Amino acid sequence: MNEERKGLKEKITNSDIWKSIFRHGYENTGRRYTLQILQNVWLHLHPPRISRHALNFRFTWCMGGITFLMFLVTAVTGVLLMFYYRPVAEYAFRDVQALEFDIPFGMLLRNMHRWAAHGMVISVMLHMFRVFLTGSYKKPREFNWAVGVILLLITFFLSFTGYLLPWDQLAYWAVTVGTNMARATPVLGHEGPFTPTDIVTQANDVRFALLGGTIVGPSTLLRFYILHCVAVPLVASLLMALHFWRVRKDGGISGPL
Amino acid sequence: MEHFLALVSKPDNVPILAMLFLIPYFMWLAYKQARQTDRAGVPSDAALNDKVYVWPYLCRNEFVCAIIIMLVLGVWSIMIDAPLEEPSDPAKTPNPSKAPWYFLALQEMLVYFDPWIAGVVLPGFIIAGLIAIPYIDINPKGKGYYTIKERPFALAVFSFGFIILWIVLMIVGTFLRGPGWNIFMPWQYWDPHKIVPLTNVNLSYLFGIRDDTTANFFGFAVVAGYFALGPIFYFWKYKTSRFLQELGLVRYVIVSFLFLSMVALPIKMILRLALNIKYVWVSPWFNI
Ligand code: HEM
Repeated sequence: MNEERKGLKEKITNSDIWKSIFRHGYENTGRRYTLQILQNVWLHLHPPRISRHALNFRFTWCMGGITFLMFLVTAVTGVLLMFYYRPVAEYAFRDVQALEFDIPFGMLLRNMHRWAAHGMVISVMLHMFRVFLTGSYKKPREFNWAVGVILLLITFFLSFTGYLLPWDQLAYWAVTVGTNMARATPVLGHEGPFTPTDIVTQANDVRFALLGGTIVGPSTLLRFYILHCVAVPLVASLLMALHFWRVRKDGGISGPL
Repeated sequence: MEHFLALVSKPDNVPILAMLFLIPYFMWLAYKQARQTDRAGVPSDAALNDKVYVWPYLCRNEFVCAIIIMLVLGVWSIMIDAPLEEPSDPAKTPNPSKAPWYFLALQEMLVYFDPWIAGVVLPGFIIAGLIAIPYIDINPKGKGYYTIKERPFALAVFSFGFIILWIVLMIVGTFLRGPGWNIFMPWQYWDPHKIVPLTNVNLSYLFGIRDDTTANFFGFAVVAGYFALGPIFYFWKYKTSRFLQELGLVRYVIVSFLFLSMVALPIKMILRLALNIKYVWVSPWFNI
């Protein structure tokens, strides 16, 4: 019976039709496994082999990977949202409304983008907590921890710049409150300590540079839109590439050795 | 109560509700593994040199994990709609005005410190302190595994900062702060006209100092004295503590300064809540 089945299998896999579809078989060897990683553009940042404990969910909580997944989801849904959204004060709110009521699956798209962004903030904080608890920032991973801290800030900033875009009361006042702190920057904010108030005023301090005005207004919307959709994701992608590369160069996931 | 329920059911607050479960769960998970290591010792070399192929073992895990997370995200996105309130109106300030949830710990600090400290200096210290961690923590143990016994101080400080000063303050800011940024318990009615008597006084006033210049010097002395605790401890313990000798002066200065700055927040909170202290140091240029 077994012999028969093997014969049949061989007959099928040796047939011209089969071979025209599948160029070669799948070898069950270490060489094959290694090549699978090395030859794949998406996977090649992985090392071919890792220590067994790095697979353990209880060790990494998967939080770094989940953060990256959330970033990818926001990138894809974000591009789709950009087709329907105009960062102009007259249109922004109505475009978001249109997404909710007129555009097929617009609401789902918007929900996924927003919840993935929130998910990313949660998972990046938990990732940092895990890395601390396992002491994984210790030599030789000091620098990658520092890259991580910058990524943490970038994640907050990505989320914060996106928060303004619906241009509703929630967005407007959350960003007003959030950017009000910049008024009080020492020296550079017009209400900060040690500020030379005859030079630094409401119309040229750091808050003005961030908002493009003295209050949150149309130019703030455009600024935050460009930061949110172009500048910050670009920096984030570059730093993530650096982060992953360093995870590997620093000897893979940390372990007790 | 209805205001509290409205807050809890706000779609944007779902992440905080999720964290109420996630944080205790992961703390428990870490604690369990730490206790195991602390009892049984760190796994031996032989058990660790065990390597596996990334394809298929890791890739399979990543794939399954991604599918599960996408399912959760999918269900979340189908069930709960992203909020959209009225169009923005610069003339209509909501009360309370809240920053996004992940900044509420920072906004909470504004209650206790002036904006330049709460909004600029302390966040700057948090960032600098986080980046400094690997360079000031010279304990070579506890790298790559969960443990409590081998690094109790580092774990205590970081967990206090993360759990209490970041997560708990965030939750307080989200659920308990109402109109006028006053604290409202879940069962209390959100009275926008609630009058809170402003009886806060400065520390110098409490000590009977009425003159501004004296108060300035007094405040300076208190703050300087507080940060002098660092050097005092150093010179007191240096001779007998091998740890301090290994740490070195530069690292010690950074550690003690960051540590005292962090602890200053709960101290100021207690001073404000228990003794109604407004400022510790009032100077012509700034107040602390
Ligand atoms: C956008 C944000 C981030 C992404 C996408 C990311 C992604 C990752 C991934 C996929 C790993 C592999 C191990 C794991 O999943 O735990 C990792 C490891 C690591 N991450 Fe991150 N990370 C981010 C932010 C951070 C932050 C905020 C920190 C710390 C402040 C950090 C520090 C580290 C360190 C030190 C490692 C090595 C851990 C080890 O060897 O055990 N990362 N990161």
